[in-house]
Amino acid sequence: MAHAGALTSFAAASDATLVARTHARDQGAFSALYDRYSGIVYSVALRVVREPANAEDILHEIFMQLWRKPEQFEAARGSLGAWLAVITRNRAIDFIRRQKPQDDPEEVYLASPVDLQSEVERNTAMEKVQKVLQEMPEVQRKAVEMAFFEGLTHTDIAAKTGEPLGTIKSRIRSALLSVRKAFE
Amino acid sequence: MTNHEIPAEDLALYALGALAPDDQERIAAHLETCASCRTELMKLRGDAALLALSAPTVAPSARARERLFKEIAKTPAAEKSSVKLGAPWWQVTFPTLTALALIVFAFWLVAQNALIRHELDNARLTAAQQTAAVEQARQVVETLSATNAQRVTLVAAQSKPQPQAQTIYQRDKGRLVLVASNLEPLPPNKAYELWILPANGSAPIPAGTFQPDARGNASLVLPQIPTGVEAKGFAVTIEPQGGSATPTMPIKMLGTTG
Repeated sequence: MAHAGALTSFAAASDATLVARTHARDQGAFSALYDRYSGIVYSVALRVVREPANAEDILHEIFMQLWRKPEQFEAARGSLGAWLAVITRNRAIDFIRRQKPQDDPEEVYLASPVDLQSEVERNTAMEKVQKVLQEMPEVQRKAVEMAFFEGLTHTDIAAKTGEPLGTIKSRIRSALLSVRKAFE
Repeated sequence: MTNHEIPAEDLALYALGALAPDDQERIAAHLETCASCRTELMKLRGDAALLALSAPTVAPSARARERLFKEIAKTPAAEKSSVKLGAPWWQVTFPTLTALALIVFAFWLVAQNALIRHELDNARLTAAQQTAAVEQARQVVETLSATNAQRVTLVAAQSKPQPQAQTIYQRDKGRLVLVASNLEPLPPNKAYELWILPANGSAPIPAGTFQPDARGNASLVLPQIPTGVEAKGFAVTIEPQGGSATPTMPIKMLGTTG
């Protein structure tokens, strides 16, 4: 069946191909992108906002944005999955801070060493980063999670934990570098 | 610390948006002029993206998907191409220029198409002519070399038919055809051999062997010979089967040009 064949080929297509097809208003390609990344987007949003309804709103916004302006993503911004994860997190933080979106997704450039296009690669990356966090000193993990998932500033974190500002800064940076090292 | 006026820790916090607004602005100003910090920022954002993957995996509901695709279905196609106010000039003019370039390109393609069609017609005509010429040549060769063709040599009335041979020779292309008739039968293990007699007086050049049929007819078509040899004549001798490097006397048949 031709339709089934198209879906199969979309499932195996690269992100770049699917984004290009989305730009050409191909709903099949967009659907494949949704199937590929809606889990990451929703999970990140839910982790930050904690309310499924709000997380679904953010999921909706992110994918509507991808549908309306797929050209915002380009290969130079890193992998599509990583880019979506970052702009989702930023949007979710803006939501809990009750502020308008601060970052223009077009300005979000990143260098990601991982390719999240296949389910196997996504699962492998998730397991690896979870392992890195589990093995991290708890104070360090908490510091980086408070900054990343709760949107707290280093002064907020210092106030909450009673740790010096410099210590919080160092822990957050070290945590990010530990994640990086695990994927080198 | 980095080698810059900003600490590396601050860049990491900036990547997460975890600095106070004043500090965010300070780092942003620095990034405007520092390529190495911009590169490091991209890496830190990549690290942050990986950190995002630590969120427990939860699949969105089917309702969320349905809602999204319902809205997409309502999205007019023109919405995507709308250009926001205040966009850079190139965002406005680039699509127009691209469209114009495509129109010009389309006209060029049409012209090229017509040219290619014309060339194709000519090529087809040439191919047809060549096919006809090849077919005619094939028929000539087939007639000359056919064993069942009737060969009749016309001679003066009342005279006894004599062995005859005619050579047709194209020096510049090294092509040679011999048609013979009324040839005498050969002794066992012998063959007639044709020789080119060069005009410069050099040694005769072997031009292939041939056997007469029961009626004394024979032909020799396009033997392997050198090109460019000006011939003053041709000779036929009887040689061992397989031919000789030099003619064995006597010469059985001889013809000269002019």
